[in-house]
Amino acid sequence: MSATAELAGAQPAATPVGRRPRLLVRSLRTPGGAVGAGLSLLLVAAGLLAPLLAPTDPFAVDGPPLTAPSGAYPFGTDALGRDLLSGVIYGARTSLIVAASVAAMVIVIGTTVGLWAGYFGGWVDDALMRITELFQVLPRFFMALVVIAFFGPGLDRLVLLLGVTSWPLLARVIRVEVLALRHREFVEAARVHGASRTRILLREILPNALPPGIALLGLVVAQVILIEASLGFLGLGDPNVTSWGTLASEAQRFLRVAWWLSLFPGLAILLAVLGLNLLGDAVTDALTGRR
Amino acid sequence: MTRRYVVRRLLQLGPTAAAILLVGFLLIHLAPGDPVLALAGENGDAEYYAFVREKFGLDEPLPTQLATYAGNVLRGDLGTSYVLGRPVSDVIAERLPATLLLTGTALVFSTVAGVAIGVFSATRRRRWPDVTVTLATLAMYSAPVFLLGQLAILLLALRAGWFPVQGMTDARSSATGLSHVLDVGHHLVLPALALAAQEVAAVSRLSRVGLLDELRRDHIRTARAKGVPERTVVLSHALRRALLPVVTVLGGRTGQLVAGAVVVEVVFGWPGIGRLLVTAMQARDAPVVLGVFLLVAVTVVVANLLTDLLYAWLDPRVRYR
Repeated sequence: MSATAELAGAQPAATPVGRRPRLLVRSLRTPGGAVGAGLSLLLVAAGLLAPLLAPTDPFAVDGPPLTAPSGAYPFGTDALGRDLLSGVIYGARTSLIVAASVAAMVIVIGTTVGLWAGYFGGWVDDALMRITELFQVLPRFFMALVVIAFFGPGLDRLVLLLGVTSWPLLARVIRVEVLALRHREFVEAARVHGASRTRILLREILPNALPPGIALLGLVVAQVILIEASLGFLGLGDPNVTSWGTLASEAQRFLRVAWWLSLFPGLAILLAVLGLNLLGDAVTDALTGRR
Repeated sequence: MTRRYVVRRLLQLGPTAAAILLVGFLLIHLAPGDPVLALAGENGDAEYYAFVREKFGLDEPLPTQLATYAGNVLRGDLGTSYVLGRPVSDVIAERLPATLLLTGTALVFSTVAGVAIGVFSATRRRRWPDVTVTLATLAMYSAPVFLLGQLAILLLALRAGWFPVQGMTDARSSATGLSHVLDVGHHLVLPALALAAQEVAAVSRLSRVGLLDELRRDHIRTARAKGVPERTVVLSHALRRALLPVVTVLGGRTGQLVAGAVVVEVVFGWPGIGRLLVTAMQARDAPVVLGVFLLVAVTVVVANLLTDLLYAWLDPRVRYR
């Protein structure tokens, strides 16, 4: 993933701000973009509206154990007789919380580092890029494993760790954009007008440098969801919430008798990740004018 | 290759390794509870605690402790597993070959298969085989590795019975020589495929795009105009440069594969360091957890370094950045 993203980021995609609404429309008009947006919306809706959508509480013992999917239990039930459909819907909420919080951290850190490095250049750029490279090679998944091993499972530390380690790609893309933008006429014009450095960075450069970064965010968040799911699968998820990975880990023990326990949580992850990847790709394509 | 570039990249290795060590060290000390208990377990006696305190210098100030810790690690001393009662380095060395076999197979397979699929797709651009393959790889790219593993077990091992469900060898056989190799190979198929799937997808997408870009260039048009067979144009003129992006991601892919291997080893009961790590975590065996983490982190960093050097060797423009 990182590779495709870097390739897309290699050519600055900066376009004047006025074209942004059309950009969104253009990226949603492709089949990939439309499906991606639909799936992403589905994830957000399921996460936000979980209590309304789920038939029961995901932890409530509701029916006979290990029932195959049927009218009463569309996704079947688990070994304790809990409704899997409710589990999958509430799992969306956990994925959404992790994805949104990590995304927020990534935007703040990545944008700040990218803006500074690109705008100030020189030794600031050098130092920040070395740090970025350092963070880029740190094995995120294993750091998350070790943190949970020492501090116990919990969403807070997971979000913190993934947020602190997931920003390098975004910073690099933003930096390339800023490098291309900082000597453009409209930035020079603002400078001549006596605009402060903060104003130039935040009002002139940032709005133009951000779109390619946001497109990339979809891909970063997709990876974060996969990491959270893998940790859940290894039994390291937060025990107080239902998550797709945790559900799939229970399935491992009943693989032979209850295929649905594995299939539905896994498919939910696949669709969420697919949606974010498609959406990110579509926006990136629309930005770079490919196709 | 320019010596300056190599030296610069090698020098970067130092800070990165230091950062990894620091992370490991800080985790022991920031974690709730007495670091002695984290390093020696809850069931040791006073004498053993004193020994561990001494060895890690836990009564000294923090910077001294860091130096002691770094010194131990650099000498290859990763501590003692208090669950298994053996040196961590021995335990890891015993489990490492299984993981190397699994990830190595997946790395080679995903590179070859990924490039092959990319070529297949790019030469049929926008026609139904390309569209089908592109959609299939996208789904594969988005699927969590445990879903693929569990589906493989359900369909190919349990239902069809073509492959064993768990483990690396048949427990009943004490075969040696060729039949042992075949036995391991038979057990290897499903885990390696499940692990490789996401990387097959990544490589095929990358080589498809790279090849499409390349096929649009002037030298390709010239070659075609001269009457070079299309096969030669694609496979020897275009593919060579189209593969550069595939090389740049080798290091990152190694990291992805090692992370995926943890999950795959749990799904398939594969006796590698991934499963060692998970069992160590469940037993709160901190020295083993840290040892595996350090090994993996250093491997990933070195893999990235080698990738950069390989890329610089293939594409001289990189060296003069």
